[in-house]
Amino acid sequence: MKALLTEADRQLTICNACRYCEGYCAVWPAMELRRTFKDSDILYLANLCFDCRACYYACQFAPPHQFAVNIPQIFAQIRTETYQDYSWPRLLARMVKSNTKAAVVITLACVVAVFAFVLIAQGPAVLFGVHVGEGAFFRVVPYVAMVVPPSIISLFVLGVFATGAFRFWADTRGSPEEMFSWPAFAKASADAFGMRYMRGDGSGCNYPDEQFSHIRRVFHHFTFYGFLLDLASTTVAAIYHHYFHWESPYALNSLPVVLGTAGGIGLMIGTAGLLYLKWKSDRVPGDGTMMQMDVSFILILFLSALSGMLLLALRETAAMGTLLAIHLGIIAAFFLMIPYGKLAHVVYRYSALVKNAVEQRRAAAADAAHGHGH
Amino acid sequence: MRDGRNGSTVIPTTVDVLVIGGGNAALCAALAARREGAEVLVLEGAPEHFRGGNSRHTRDVRYMHTRVNKFVTGLYPEEEFWDDLIRVTGGRTNEDLARLTIRASEDLDEWMAEHGVKWQRPLRGTLHLARTNLFMLGGGRGMMNGYYETARRFGVHVLYDANAQDLAIRDGTFDHVVVNLNGERREIRAKAVVAAAGGFEANIPWLKQYWGDDADNFIIRGTPYNTGTVLASLLERGAQTNGDPREFHAVAVDGRAPTFDGGIVTRLDSVPFGIVVNRNGERFYDEGEDFWPKRYAIWGGLIARQPGQEAYSIIDADTIDRFMPSVFHPVEAGTVGELATKMGLDAQKVTAAVETFNRSIVPGGSFDPGELDDCRTEGLAPNKTHWAVPIKKPPFYGYPLRPGITFTYMGVTVDDRARVIMHDGRPAANITAAGELMAGNVLGRGYLAGFGLTIGAVFGRIAGREAARSASSR
Repeated sequence: MKALLTEADRQLTICNACRYCEGYCAVWPAMELRRTFKDSDILYLANLCFDCRACYYACQFAPPHQFAVNIPQIFAQIRTETYQDYSWPRLLARMVKSNTKAAVVITLACVVAVFAFVLIAQGPAVLFGVHVGEGAFFRVVPYVAMVVPPSIISLFVLGVFATGAFRFWADTRGSPEEMFSWPAFAKASADAFGMRYMRGDGSGCNYPDEQFSHIRRVFHHFTFYGFLLDLASTTVAAIYHHYFHWESPYALNSLPVVLGTAGGIGLMIGTAGLLYLKWKSDRVPGDGTMMQMDVSFILILFLSALSGMLLLALRETAAMGTLLAIHLGIIAAFFLMIPYGKLAHVVYRYSALVKNAVEQRRAAAADAAHGHGH
Repeated sequence: MRDGRNGSTVIPTTVDVLVIGGGNAALCAALAARREGAEVLVLEGAPEHFRGGNSRHTRDVRYMHTRVNKFVTGLYPEEEFWDDLIRVTGGRTNEDLARLTIRASEDLDEWMAEHGVKWQRPLRGTLHLARTNLFMLGGGRGMMNGYYETARRFGVHVLYDANAQDLAIRDGTFDHVVVNLNGERREIRAKAVVAAAGGFEANIPWLKQYWGDDADNFIIRGTPYNTGTVLASLLERGAQTNGDPREFHAVAVDGRAPTFDGGIVTRLDSVPFGIVVNRNGERFYDEGEDFWPKRYAIWGGLIARQPGQEAYSIIDADTIDRFMPSVFHPVEAGTVGELATKMGLDAQKVTAAVETFNRSIVPGGSFDPGELDDCRTEGLAPNKTHWAVPIKKPPFYGYPLRPGITFTYMGVTVDDRARVIMHDGRPAANITAAGELMAGNVLGRGYLAGFGLTIGAVFGRIAGREAARSASSR
């Protein structure tokens, strides 16, 4: 990490003497508020970067120029380290982050575990039988088994992320009172939900190659909002179950199924698109480790959506039990790996956006007070 | 045909319009000629990554405007533009061509945007020029990427690593060019040619003809590909020269900058906040003569005339944060003497220079970097007339300085249709020129921020259209 920070400092010193990129994204105005770059500054700037790559293609000092400025790459490398350093336990983080194979092994292990659990606890007749009507899923996997382990994993994930967010905030020199600033939350949320910094000046970002394009933002939106719809579907289903005592499976025109189907299709389109773009993408401004992390995460999201959709389609056949076991296994693996995978970008990029909103508001106030620096 | 990007390798032997060069002027010419229906081939001497000549280091373009838009903060009418030009050139301009340039610049905001250039709204770093100049989003390389992408869509053919060596010209008529293409000699015929290959500032042996071995100590801020081969060929084949070959535009850059292509980041803005000594430890010019944006352009020339073509800017802890950070960290020391030693200077002489300077400051001044303030020295030769504050608070900081050459002024003479004027005083039949290769016709000396791109874009378009017309009539 130290070597990465030193290299980022070298590159940012060049950027700060140039400043041609200041119109691109939030990183550059934030950089201009600094004259030298402490480790905390670099950590913050690296996580503020959306990897749109506009600065790389516009840079007259990009490699093979001897100054070798490649900000998207060095920032991706630092983010990879960030996701690892701020999660817990770090051993698991190190194993998962740099290794698509590890992710595959964990996923398979989870699927096999759930499958074996059902087979042993319920017997093959249940697993391979046809179940229809209210409570069909719970006849295969009992309600307690379906709810308790995921709840524990979710609480664990939330705990890891909250700790990471607090540590990140402290390490980027955010003050405690500014951590909960509602205007900053509003600004950061608008930036995040609209993926503002992938819009560029309106023509998109330079991904997967030098051409300006909106395609990555489109696929990211499909993925992100697909994910949110699926989360909403699960939440609605939980409410139905607890408060109305309506047990799944729900009818095809019910709210959980409609939300879940829309979300699942969105996720499949989005993740397939993102994977395709990754494969096509220019490797020079990218980082190999981040690439592996991305691919593992996107792949498992895609598999979650795919298995969910198959389960929906075949829920009244003998394949339901097997598909349910596979789907739950994948979901379990997905949640287990969340703190060590790409989903961490939500936490640290959002924190950086909040810090940016706070800091730019303060700078604008200072500019107004001094009647501008120039 | 090969367009460099898709890598197919058919190299044309005959085209309508041949554009030699690959920067702003060349691409404007190519796009304009293509829009007139001509088959266009661009010969860029650099590899694809380094395409764009000095344009890749630019940031903004000056243009006349009588209406405000969201990218500029105020009006810039023709007469004010003209007055600015007269002020910086001291009248060394061709008024017809200059007025033509100014008037034709009026639609550059729209024309350049239509051809792939993105503009940036005024931000903190650009405010001082935001009224008169348009800033490219991402700067010059972003601009060039936009032009080249548009050229690809228009079906303009581009060859990279294509070095034009010699233009075959007979009776004021261009016939073919001899090109070194990746080490292979080729001849390419064209009905008309646009010469837009830049100046000769990256050709050190050529500079030595006027500057002797001193030229070895110059730093060339821009592209190493501006070797002036095309300019030399034109002059040898009968084009009329324009401008003083000895003159160039040069600023003070960090002495540790690479010999070529260091670009914007090597310039140093520390001069008005301290003193500058030469290698003998002596001051040689008023560091506080005027605001730095109005003076930085003379410091390259000043340093070029000092022994070893080097100088040293010395400031202290009170002023280190007053200017834009530069790419190289300053030399730092606890005493002036130690700083001098670290920079290879005589500690006693430099200490004496600083002490004499501190003693000569007229007391009672109030320091204000935003004004031509009343902090000055008395009894020094030369005096520092503004912003003279004692250099006394450690740590002390020093930057080595060298002349950083931006561009040369000598080029070919052109008329208002961008046609190259030959020795007999008549315009060439099918040879036009644009950009740095002829900019001296309009900007004979001095510097006006963003004006090089203006001349390049305006004359590029004129040259491209003229070339397309003359090609269609042949």
